[in-house]
Amino acid sequence: MFGSIAAIGAGLAVLGAGLGIGKIGGSAMDAIARQPEASGKIQTAMIIAAALIEGVALFGVVVGLLGLETGVQ
Amino acid sequence: MAMLSGLKKIFVLTVLMFTTVFTYASTDDHYAQLHEEQLAEEEREFEVSKMIMHHIGDAHEWHLWGPSHGGTSVYLPIVLIDGGLKVFSSSHFYHGETKGHGDHEYIVGEGPAEGYAMMHETIYKLDENGQLHLEDGHPSSEASVLDFSITKNVVSLLMVFVLLILVMFSVAKFYKKNGAVAPKGVAKFMEPIILFVRDDIARPNIEGEKYKKYLPYLLTIFFFIWFSNMLGLIPILGANLTGNIAVTFFLAICTLLITIFSGNKNYWGHIFATPGVPKALLPIMIPIELVGIFTKPFALMIRLFANITAGHIIILALVSIIFLKESAAWGALSVPMALFISVLELLVAFLQAYLFAMLSALFIGAAVEEAHH
Amino acid sequence: MEIVTPDYGLVFWTGIVFVILLFLLAKFAWKPILGAVNAREEKITEALELAEKTKAEMTALQAQNENLLKEARAERDSMIREAKETATAMVEGAKSKAQEEAEKVMTSAREAINSEKAAAISELKTQVAAFSIEIAEKLVKSELSSADKQKALADKLAEDINMN
Repeated sequence: MFGSIAAIGAGLAVLGAGLGIGKIGGSAMDAIARQPEASGKIQTAMIIAAALIEGVALFGVVVGLLGLETGVQ
Repeated sequence: MAMLSGLKKIFVLTVLMFTTVFTYASTDDHYAQLHEEQLAEEEREFEVSKMIMHHIGDAHEWHLWGPSHGGTSVYLPIVLIDGGLKVFSSSHFYHGETKGHGDHEYIVGEGPAEGYAMMHETIYKLDENGQLHLEDGHPSSEASVLDFSITKNVVSLLMVFVLLILVMFSVAKFYKKNGAVAPKGVAKFMEPIILFVRDDIARPNIEGEKYKKYLPYLLTIFFFIWFSNMLGLIPILGANLTGNIAVTFFLAICTLLITIFSGNKNYWGHIFATPGVPKALLPIMIPIELVGIFTKPFALMIRLFANITAGHIIILALVSIIFLKESAAWGALSVPMALFISVLELLVAFLQAYLFAMLSALFIGAAVEEAHH
Repeated sequence: MEIVTPDYGLVFWTGIVFVILLFLLAKFAWKPILGAVNAREEKITEALELAEKTKAEMTALQAQNENLLKEARAERDSMIREAKETATAMVEGAKSKAQEEAEKVMTSAREAINSEKAAAISELKTQVAAFSIEIAEKLVKSELSSADKQKALADKLAEDINMN
């Protein structure tokens, strides 16, 4: 039972991360459209920001994994 | 060059030494018969999470193909420190008697492994009665034993080591032989990536000429993670190395130690007396900043581990659909999806190596930054 | 083995392998590779600088050449002009000399002609005078051949004198 609740939590974390990364991606596109010559720098900054958000989402996934493991044992 | 070939000889010897310890076992008819009932039961209820957990975890055998009991595997050496060093093959566990029930099932070792038991790939000491002593459903602390076995991940680690040494030494050899010329062959492939690490990871994040000091570390960590990630994606040959928290834990510890030991006055000043913060707030700020030192590498550890493990889980889950539904139509759907995720994982393999090196460079850069006031 | 608990055995092996790897790669791979790449980059920078310098030198040389050419052209022009002037002067000199000579010749010729003329005239005058005297002699002879005629002449002469 705990496993499925943790999975819902992981799903919520992924939802938040998806929104966040989507926003970063959209803003980066806007920025590149406005300043195509700075696309390299924008891309790097975008990847770092996306990775930081993804890290938070993965904490949720790890909690989900813990649930999965507890469900097994 | 003499030293180089000497090193190569040592690698070959090491590999040979390990292969002599491995005992290779193919399908054992007698063994298969013994567990026929169990196998039939296993086939009937295919447990996805159990299979996935088994695949992404570490093991004392390198399972190649066939059923999980009685299939073809390479048995890896077990190294225990229990009143002296004990080295024996893990086949003494995998062929042993199964005891216990359900999640607490364990295998009792035989031969040189007598007196030990393996439960969920962890080795415990048996008590005087030849039983595994359980407390609240877990083996008691008395049963634990120091285990430095050459597990599947350790072998994978050595494979990455040998691969990296071979590739990078041949690149270095090219330059030694030809001098400062335009690269060819392996060097031509690797040089842009090495320059990428130097020009896009180290140089922008670590100011001035200081990046030169940290470049070897950043290069090594980048290529180690990248090669491990890529090797982990190969079926049969690959293990979930960078998706193991012990490996990412060590890599994160390295970055943490380098950050702490290269931190200058300015860095510590920002932590213990953050500029622009009122004195009254410092008792709150200092613990937050101190925790921040540890959360950064912690996030590095979790990010790499979770990304790679999640990739493996998704691929395994997609492949599991075939065994759950037992229909060709589901196979036609799951195989292309698994392939797509595999290709995506190639990108993730590079991206995670880049991110780990990039964020390490960022943390080190913050530690060695001079004051700009 | 629990999935999110680092296994100390694997941490130990990772540590050993990674530290050895770091040491070996740093010493035998990264150092020569980065050294060679740096050396090559320096070489390229140097070559570029040299090319730039050579280009500047070439430009300077070209300018110099242009100058030299210009100078040479100017010199040539001046030389031609000088030669022309000299030639003109020489022609002019020759012309004036010839003219002078011609004038001299003409003058001397004119003088000779004049003197010849004068001589001729004077001779002619002398001859005319001689002829006149001869004629006059003959006339006088015929006029004074008879007494009548002598008397008529005397009369006439006297008349002429009277009339005057």
